[in-house]
Amino acid sequence: MDIPWDIIIIQTVNGIVTGMILALVASGLTLIFGIMDVVNFAHGELFMLGAYMGVVTLATTGNFWLALVVATVIIAALGAALQVVTLRPLLGRDPLYTILATFGISLVLQNYALWQFGPVARKIQEPFSGQFTLFYLQYPWYRLLIAVLSAAMIGGLYLFLKYGRYGVWIRATTQDRVMAQAMGIPVPWVHTGVFALGAGMAAASGVLFGPLVGVNHAMGLDWVLKAFIVVVVGGMGNLGGSIAASIFLSLLEAYASIWVSPSQAIIVSSVVLILTLLFRPTGLFVPTPK
Amino acid sequence: MNPPEVSAQPLISVEGVHTYYGKSHILNGVSLAVGRGEVVGLIGRNGVGKSTTLKTIMGLVNASAGRISYDGRLISGLPSHKLARIGIAYVPEDRRIFKLLTVMENLRTGLDRDGVSELRKKELLEKMFAYFPRLAERRGQAGGTLSGGEQQMLAIGRAMMLEPKIILLDEPTEGLMPRMVSQIREIIEVLHRDGVAILLVEQNVPLTLAASQRVYFMEKGAVQHHAAASDLTVDHPIIHKYLGV
Repeated sequence: MDIPWDIIIIQTVNGIVTGMILALVASGLTLIFGIMDVVNFAHGELFMLGAYMGVVTLATTGNFWLALVVATVIIAALGAALQVVTLRPLLGRDPLYTILATFGISLVLQNYALWQFGPVARKIQEPFSGQFTLFYLQYPWYRLLIAVLSAAMIGGLYLFLKYGRYGVWIRATTQDRVMAQAMGIPVPWVHTGVFALGAGMAAASGVLFGPLVGVNHAMGLDWVLKAFIVVVVGGMGNLGGSIAASIFLSLLEAYASIWVSPSQAIIVSSVVLILTLLFRPTGLFVPTPK
Repeated sequence: MNPPEVSAQPLISVEGVHTYYGKSHILNGVSLAVGRGEVVGLIGRNGVGKSTTLKTIMGLVNASAGRISYDGRLISGLPSHKLARIGIAYVPEDRRIFKLLTVMENLRTGLDRDGVSELRKKELLEKMFAYFPRLAERRGQAGGTLSGGEQQMLAIGRAMMLEPKIILLDEPTEGLMPRMVSQIREIIEVLHRDGVAILLVEQNVPLTLAASQRVYFMEKGAVQHHAAASDLTVDHPIIHKYLGV
């Protein structure tokens, strides 16, 4: 069988682009899970609302980059408010409570978006429309830019967590909430801050991805589902693992869709998820637990 | 033997504190006081509530009744992160090092506070590293890779970064080699000389008697007896009564 190198290279690029944006969504999700043990079912809706904020700001100002910043900041603030009102009172309770709470938030936000913006998908105009030739394809530069920007944001997050004062607070709280508090770290606010950070990252991904798919009230579902798979495969709460898993799974799906239709290619991720849960439930991209 | 005098305005005073874990009544009216710069031992058998007393003072366990005041101010009910910021530091029995954080990052959790200048941070670090040179050598290493003794040093060093007025020190020598034990003994002395008060829970009676000015004896979730350390010896009947050694 001839190996279709051109298609493989195209799909590699596609896989990396989707993988990077998925990594941006999933890193917020995994960060929140790692520090609060909260499985945030509303993450996809924060992604979706971010995209809508982008639509609105872009319509008002005409500036894509301003829209990206405004959407990120507003949704981060919304995330902080949601955390304080709904999740902070539930801290220390059974995870079921937070699952139900975030699921409830997701329904509310989704229906709010439907009521506010209607069922017709909106379009975010990409900031530039240049293309380059990749074999037989006209490949938009914007897609590559998404990958680069996502990587930059994840890199920024990494540096912040590694060296920043609040980054150290976040990592300490993730490891031992009680001792962090005894060292003077205001843990409730660290939780709020991380939730806001995750929400902001979801919103930024929503705006960045908006031009590729169109914005509608249900767009969060697909992404949050994939992000959950990534978070589990990458090792719950493990940031590096989630990023690796995002790229790994996106590449797998991209290659699979060479032979089957893209909607069937999603099965690959599910298979990897099931195999991970069966044989390595702590995650593929974490060191073997001792 | 009369109970020793407690200073009129103690740094920490615990009055009639009750604590529950679920339905088990752990502290049954604990009362004690620690003066400024004073080292006070808390002695008793396993499970009488010594560690719970420290946790309750630190705000990690809620007192259901009683008063805890610090520096003349009522602190019961305050979250522990606020207590840490006003000068109460806690070194738990199991050390609770942030295992994935480096030694330096562990120290930064206490050092990165508002109002601490870079110069002051440097001074605090240098002073602590002078006592624990091993930590200076391993500052880039993950906390979880340190030996038990080094982890204990780190737990104490980390508490020192808060510039506390009092350290709640829970079983600092547990499971340590004799050489390490004497080092812990020395650091308690150094802290005492610096004017830091210490409430010391410790099974090592000779060390407790040597390091403390006063000693409280706990049984059944309450302080039953109170004596000046200088009045006690390792084989004193009271020690036998409360520790059964």
